[in-house]
Amino acid sequence: METNANANAHLTTPTRLTGAEIVWATLVGEGVTDVFGYPGGAILPVYDALRKFPIHHVLVRHEQGAAHMADGYTRASGKVGVALATSGPGATNLVTGIATAMLDSIPIVCITGNVSSKVLGTDAFQEVDITGITLPVTKHNFLISRTEDIAAAIRSAFQIAQSGRPGPVLVDITKDAQQGTAIFDFAAAKPRAYRPHPMLHVADTGLARAAELIRNAKRPVILAGHGVSESGAMEQVRTLAERAQIPVALTLLGLGAFPASHPLNLGMMGMHGEAWVNHAIQEADLLIACGMRFDDRVTGSTSTYSLKSKKIHIDIDPAEINKNIKVDVALVGDLREVLEELLPRVSGRDGSTWLKAIGSSKGAAAVLDIKNLPDLGHLYAAHVIHDIWRITGGNAIVVTDVGQHQMWEAQYFHHEHPRSLVTSGGLGTMGFALPAAIGAKFACPEKEVWVVAGDGGFQMTAAELSTIVQEKIKINIAIINNGFLGMVRQWQEFFYDRNYESTPLVSPDFVKLADAHGIAGLAVRKRADVAGAVEQARSASGAFLLNFMVEKEESVYPMIPAGSALHEMIRRPGKDPLLETPNDV
Amino acid sequence: MLHTFVAYVEDLPGVLTRVASLFRRLNINIHSLTVGRSERPGLSRLTLACEASAEASNRIRASLFKLENVVDVDDIAQAPSVTRELALIKVAATPRNRSQLFDLVEVFRARIVDLTSESLMIEMTGVESKIEGLIEVLREDEGRILEICRSGKMTMRRGHHTSRVLKAMGAGPDETAETDIDPVDALEDRVSGDPD
Repeated sequence: METNANANAHLTTPTRLTGAEIVWATLVGEGVTDVFGYPGGAILPVYDALRKFPIHHVLVRHEQGAAHMADGYTRASGKVGVALATSGPGATNLVTGIATAMLDSIPIVCITGNVSSKVLGTDAFQEVDITGITLPVTKHNFLISRTEDIAAAIRSAFQIAQSGRPGPVLVDITKDAQQGTAIFDFAAAKPRAYRPHPMLHVADTGLARAAELIRNAKRPVILAGHGVSESGAMEQVRTLAERAQIPVALTLLGLGAFPASHPLNLGMMGMHGEAWVNHAIQEADLLIACGMRFDDRVTGSTSTYSLKSKKIHIDIDPAEINKNIKVDVALVGDLREVLEELLPRVSGRDGSTWLKAIGSSKGAAAVLDIKNLPDLGHLYAAHVIHDIWRITGGNAIVVTDVGQHQMWEAQYFHHEHPRSLVTSGGLGTMGFALPAAIGAKFACPEKEVWVVAGDGGFQMTAAELSTIVQEKIKINIAIINNGFLGMVRQWQEFFYDRNYESTPLVSPDFVKLADAHGIAGLAVRKRADVAGAVEQARSASGAFLLNFMVEKEESVYPMIPAGSALHEMIRRPGKDPLLETPNDV
Repeated sequence: MLHTFVAYVEDLPGVLTRVASLFRRLNINIHSLTVGRSERPGLSRLTLACEASAEASNRIRASLFKLENVVDVDDIAQAPSVTRELALIKVAATPRNRSQLFDLVEVFRARIVDLTSESLMIEMTGVESKIEGLIEVLREDEGRILEICRSGKMTMRRGHHTSRVLKAMGAGPDETAETDIDPVDALEDRVSGDPD
């Protein structure tokens, strides 16, 4: 069949193309330059047509990696990442990555091939009901069995993924739809106008009430979440904080949305937030929640959460209002737009008494901070993270896995800019870091990218080391290796009577593993060697792996046990045999 | 409490699954669900009743709206509305006891729509409690009921301009629809002998 697949001409002139060509032509039209995927029988027509289009395809080693790469690409840049997979196992392997994006409201588009429409539902080879499987973990999905529907579905997918509260969208295309032809008309395939959620509601009375609460507050705290960077409201949040002298506490995904160095920045709240942050929230008389959803890791027990405060909740998702925490004023809309409306009503106020009270509670915790302790030979993850932060000047994208190292990263790497921390918050997906970092590097090739992963999570997706080599990209990898599934071990230590069941972990020699892939590496055992190793990794021309052999049974402090009140935290013990304390010195 | 939602959804494959899946995820049992074509081309109208906490309604409505194929959602709550359910009931009936059933059907304002030598089929429309009432009386004779088929309830707000659905569609200009129900309208309906 004669088709004209000229990459640019068909975007302006309606042209007859195969379904496979339409997939790529539509992606080109949507501005896509990189796609992460893995071929297979049911998506082969699409792969066959790739060479005609100006899109770079990254061959992953497992489809979960493709979804995480698309996700990391989006988190680092704001551009929609695209993952491609075949039917059956290819599609199901995407699911963890899709759910990861869903829980953190990340707009990605996944395209899967499926068996021909004639055999749909017959348990044909490699057939799986992927639209059924992904229904609860996508914002929306499409099953497309007609060539003429492909362009509109993909264009809608991009719009749905990015609009309102963002999220992943999957487009499943049958093989016969890829093989058939249709007139491709990019402009005509434009999705219908975006319809904002009908329950968005920012009433004048609500704005007035919010302004009044801010004016009368004695102990206000801003809670800044992922929505700040998603909405691009960094400037507005900062203006609100500075004008009314309100301290800002951040969620894990909010880190970077408000500069760490800002005098009003309190730091991360919640389960592993510093004591003064959580105490400030418990003592507050006003909470201004900006683009955050009162997640259980942030609130602890909801029945004891910040009982003395009035609460203003600004969020774009009406289903989040009063879901976990009852609020007094709900301003349901885009955070930046709502703050633009609210700011003219907010005038300067004196917050010095409250800020001083919070400041005075910081002192004791800082003394216990292990990064301030003298070097007695032990290597702690805190040292590693702190040195990476210090040496990169904070000018790096750090992509973490999930567990202890993730919390230490949040505590010891001080993020000044949004999109400088890429981490799986909501789903807490181990194995996220390495593939997500590859995606981040493709999105921001000029940026320095660091993977910070534990020895457990790293092994879940370590196969993507090959992808790094095949794509010749420069990523620095720091493995925080403590020989345990560390966070689970910590829970066993605190809540399961130190019964370390199934958490001690045998790992390969990661430096040799890197070497087998053609990646240089170095093991680091002493605190004194950290800085030199970090420098060496940075200056190496290719990817570099650092295997940090850290203290085995260190825990993340402080910690609020799940379901406890926010002020009931486990503090770093003063006389832990593994730890130097100021008294030991 | 029992919540009743009326929604307009796109008439496409899989849309009902998306709606049902929302309730499944919240572990809420759908008490009754009816779906059919609406006055708007390409859109189906559904009435869904479920048992959930009083505070759940706002979140359910907001979550329904988040489904891409859902165009409109109305929470009927306690608003004046008309609710109906259709039931087809097949009962064993011989020429000897038929006349007794004819009387019963008359009392309940139901209809007989099929009659054979050994059974008859009753069609009844009404509120849930009325249908339950008929079934209860029929059950007084053990083994008489052969089959029951019930449609589930359908609900529509009373009045022309009091529906939030209509307002959202731009068909009803009444800005005060949510709170301001015309009492005369409601009264008239009662006077006209509606047996609700």
